[in-house]
Amino acid sequence: MHPAGAAAAGTPRQRKWPSKRRIPVSPPGMADPHQLFDDTSSAQSRGFGAQRGPGGLGYPAAAASPQEAFLADPVSNMAMAYGSSLAAQGKELVDKNIDRFIPVTKLKYYFAVDTMYVGKKLGLLFFPYLHQDWEVQYQQDTPVAPRFDINAPDLYIPAMAFITYILVAGLALGTQDRFSPDLLGLQASSALAWLTVEVLAILLSLYLLTVNTDLTTIDLVAFLGYKYVGMIGGVLMGLLCGKIGYYLVLGWCCVSIFVFMIRTLRLKILAEAAAQGVPVRGARNQLRMYLTMAVAAAQPLLMYWLTFHLVR
Amino acid sequence: MAFTLYSLLQAALLCVNAIAVLHEERFLKNIGWGTDQGIGGFGEEPGIKSQLTNLIRSVRTVMRVPLIIVNSVAIVLLLLFG
Repeated sequence: MHPAGAAAAGTPRQRKWPSKRRIPVSPPGMADPHQLFDDTSSAQSRGFGAQRGPGGLGYPAAAASPQEAFLADPVSNMAMAYGSSLAAQGKELVDKNIDRFIPVTKLKYYFAVDTMYVGKKLGLLFFPYLHQDWEVQYQQDTPVAPRFDINAPDLYIPAMAFITYILVAGLALGTQDRFSPDLLGLQASSALAWLTVEVLAILLSLYLLTVNTDLTTIDLVAFLGYKYVGMIGGVLMGLLCGKIGYYLVLGWCCVSIFVFMIRTLRLKILAEAAAQGVPVRGARNQLRMYLTMAVAAAQPLLMYWLTFHLVR
Repeated sequence: MAFTLYSLLQAALLCVNAIAVLHEERFLKNIGWGTDQGIGGFGEEPGIKSQLTNLIRSVRTVMRVPLIIVNSVAIVLLLLFG
């Protein structure tokens, strides 16, 4: 926290802080990073404090220390200018090239969520039976951001759920005196490996069945990541109430995820007519139905496989 | 449950190697999975068999050289670290 940022708030607060802070021992010539927080007693830094409040962790030496320190040491001045220009160049380079390796703009879409969406989506994951309309809304050919449409996939919930699953696994192992730090890494690696296997298997099946779908890989990762929510619920209940609680909650979450996946994937994988509930004859649609069922059935199996060893 | 990302990589390498050693003339043609056997018309959607055949052919074409490199690296690493 900036004590100088509070300089604008009032003088009494300023008077208290310097006594708790270290006395600045640096001679005026040093570009000391501690200058950012110390020495609010001089008039100049008070004047700078109000400007620096919203500025953040900018150039420390430029603001906090008196101006003559800057001018008195041209070497450090030039070194800082050079360093900052290097940093700016590097940042530009990274920004230009990052899009080649990681599709940052595409990923941003999946994290455009807000609290209402997360709450409603979690409710949908645990109770998908009353939801009627599962279509994703489009806006001039691009899907609407998850913030505005509950049916849109997002990566926030799967990412958070994955991390929480690792932590809850550590907690569960700890309560059974089986914990060791490398086990956490093993759990994370194992869950990620199963996720990769699932994604590759589904991509292979989609290719073999020549399904023309707008289901991207990231969409698939998002959908497959929703099962971690159920897993967390099951393990937590298993910690609280033993095996009975674990089986009950896991059973409920398995059925919910099964229904959720079928209803979501049906619209993406199956042809239009079949998606509206009309059973269309033909080997192609039958195979696609089998694929959807297989994907949905794999979720409960994996949920059980990844958690049963955590609850004793 | 030691299913790690590393073992997944090893399994994937072995699978790709397995696809790469399928011989076109001696084996695939004899079981009817050759690349010039019955591709099918243009109008109809390709069936699973022709998709598989295409996949095998593409994997064999694309991965031939990278496999040499990756296999050498894997051999050296396994010799050094077991």
